[in-house]
Amino acid sequence: MKNFIKLFSIAILICSTTVQANSAETAKFLKTDWSFKGLFGKFDRGSLQRGYQVYTEVCSSCHSMKYLSYRNLAEKGGPEFSEAEVKAIASSFEVMDGPNADGEMFTRPAKLSDKFVMPYENVKAAEAANGGAYPPDMSVLVKARGGGVDYIYSLLQGYEDPPSGEILDEGVHYNKFMYGNKIKMAAPLSDGLVEYGDGTEASVEQMSKDVTTFLMWAAEPHLESRHQMGFKAIIYLIILTTLVYFSMKRIWSRVESEV
Amino acid sequence: MSDHEYTPKSKFGKWFNDRLPLLSLASHLTDYPTPKNLNYWWTFGGILTFCLITQIVTGLTLAMHYIAHADMAFESVEHIMRDVNYGWLIRYIHANGASMFFLAVYIHIFRSLFYGSYKSPREIIWIIGIIIYLLMMAAAFMGYVLPWGQMSFWGATVITNLFSAIPLVGEGIVTWLWGGYSVDNPTLTRFFTLHYLIPFLILGLVVLHIWALHVPGNNNPVGIDVKKPSKDTVPFHPYIVIKDGFALLMFMIVFAFFVFYTPNILGHADNYIEANPLVTPAHIVPEWYLLPFYAILRSVPDKLLGVVAMLSAILILAALPWLDTSKIRSAVFRPLYKQFYWILVADVLILGYVGAMPAEGLYLLIARVATAYYFLHFLLILPLLGFKEKTLPVPLSITDPVLGGSPNLATAKNKESSVK
Repeated sequence: MKNFIKLFSIAILICSTTVQANSAETAKFLKTDWSFKGLFGKFDRGSLQRGYQVYTEVCSSCHSMKYLSYRNLAEKGGPEFSEAEVKAIASSFEVMDGPNADGEMFTRPAKLSDKFVMPYENVKAAEAANGGAYPPDMSVLVKARGGGVDYIYSLLQGYEDPPSGEILDEGVHYNKFMYGNKIKMAAPLSDGLVEYGDGTEASVEQMSKDVTTFLMWAAEPHLESRHQMGFKAIIYLIILTTLVYFSMKRIWSRVESEV
Repeated sequence: MSDHEYTPKSKFGKWFNDRLPLLSLASHLTDYPTPKNLNYWWTFGGILTFCLITQIVTGLTLAMHYIAHADMAFESVEHIMRDVNYGWLIRYIHANGASMFFLAVYIHIFRSLFYGSYKSPREIIWIIGIIIYLLMMAAAFMGYVLPWGQMSFWGATVITNLFSAIPLVGEGIVTWLWGGYSVDNPTLTRFFTLHYLIPFLILGLVVLHIWALHVPGNNNPVGIDVKKPSKDTVPFHPYIVIKDGFALLMFMIVFAFFVFYTPNILGHADNYIEANPLVTPAHIVPEWYLLPFYAILRSVPDKLLGVVAMLSAILILAALPWLDTSKIRSAVFRPLYKQFYWILVADVLILGYVGAMPAEGLYLLIARVATAYYFLHFLLILPLLGFKEKTLPVPLSITDPVLGGSPNLATAKNKESSVK
């Protein structure tokens, strides 16, 4: 058993060094309590719904979310809007379809199966409308940034005046959490920018938290079932390992040797 | 192969076994005499077999849904993660499985180094193992390219560009590897094909690896030859099967923790950005398991020599049975080697750490010193140690702690050794 402890500590050592190696970010991110962290982590349903509201009213005017479909908004483990609500959301967007029997393309209201409508036709159009910077697709954005949710949450609140002496170009903003501190996106949030239906006060901090929670779900739509399955799987493995350990002890008791 | 003749009991069994001796093989595998003092470091062979099978099974499933095309690969991975039933589970097992595979193989290799398992008569087992390790690195690298994220694309660009260091034909070889003038769709499709092929080559080599192992039998922590079968050995089944099974389950708990709770921690965030040939990531880093070699590559200022150093760092292992001149296998009886062994472990960990850092300033200096020491260990320290080292007396058998098995008996100190 002594050997086993050694073995485990080495394994943990190796893992921890790689973790450090991969998370060598400099700025200290703002912290908040994320309900989806931990062994039983789940999304806060209200926060997801508010986050969708922030996304759709603010972010989506520039940022696409091309891997999500409207049906996802009603699925278990997500914002869990009712089907009627999601149908209403979808039908408020127009999508191009066709060709029809006459060979013509036509537009129609979006259905549950349609992907989120993109704000721009293509990357070039998005760049042209945003001073040459492409607003990244938000489908997996939190997984695509070192620091993940903490980074996004901090970035949204990290706008300040540049330090004296630093002159920024036209259309460039100062953000203390951005790599190099220069960002093309203007501060997207301001207090009271959206009006939450559930009466929550729409402070910048609250909106940042809600929209980041929504982005986490968008990137990991199966996070809740992953956590639930993981807990069951690990409990199962621990019980099985214990049983196998005692069988092993019993079998090895026949020979003079240490197990 | 077996030490005793096996005869099936049933008539059909006998008829079948005379034509294809599968039952004899099964009997050989279950009765296979194994030293009874094997510790848990010896369970990683079984764990590695599990890793290989897991990668093949999950990989086959992923291949049913993945699309190997530069315009669709990234999207198809998102399709797997979102819409394929339990696709997220299969992909996270496959992605973290690669890391677990390398974690296990490094433990397996360092176990061999500690107990001298590569020495006569096990040189062929060792060399097959090195080939498997090389193929694993190739498979892992190509697999990392398939999601077609930013690290996929730029990792592929950096690694394939290494071939351009070859004089005269280098550039031509790189164009040939790419199937064009840059990493693009033809590169992706051939990497997918090879990524699919290599695991089966590894599987074949694993069979040879085990076959070669079953000729001399296992080495053991004491490192002496054991008579087989004897009171020093136990049959593979049930003793080793249950012990390997227990260790495998412990390993699976760690594996499950990564898959279910931190599935992306071992990967790089940039690989969730779709490949873009026009934007170079700030730092291009390979997966953690290749970092020590990446550090060696970058520590040499000349490109060609860097590639040579990196390849030598792996290939030098194949010469290890002849570089290590000591007759004693196990480090338990080699007080000096034991210290140098742990220095080597630290050296490789340091190389891994600086491999993840930018190649500049202090990091570069550390990388150079660590690289130099790596080669010094194999080319100078090991050959000399065999002549200079005063080894401890080795017992004659595992069961009886009677000393006297050491060929260096005359010079050995009469000291109690910590034999288990």
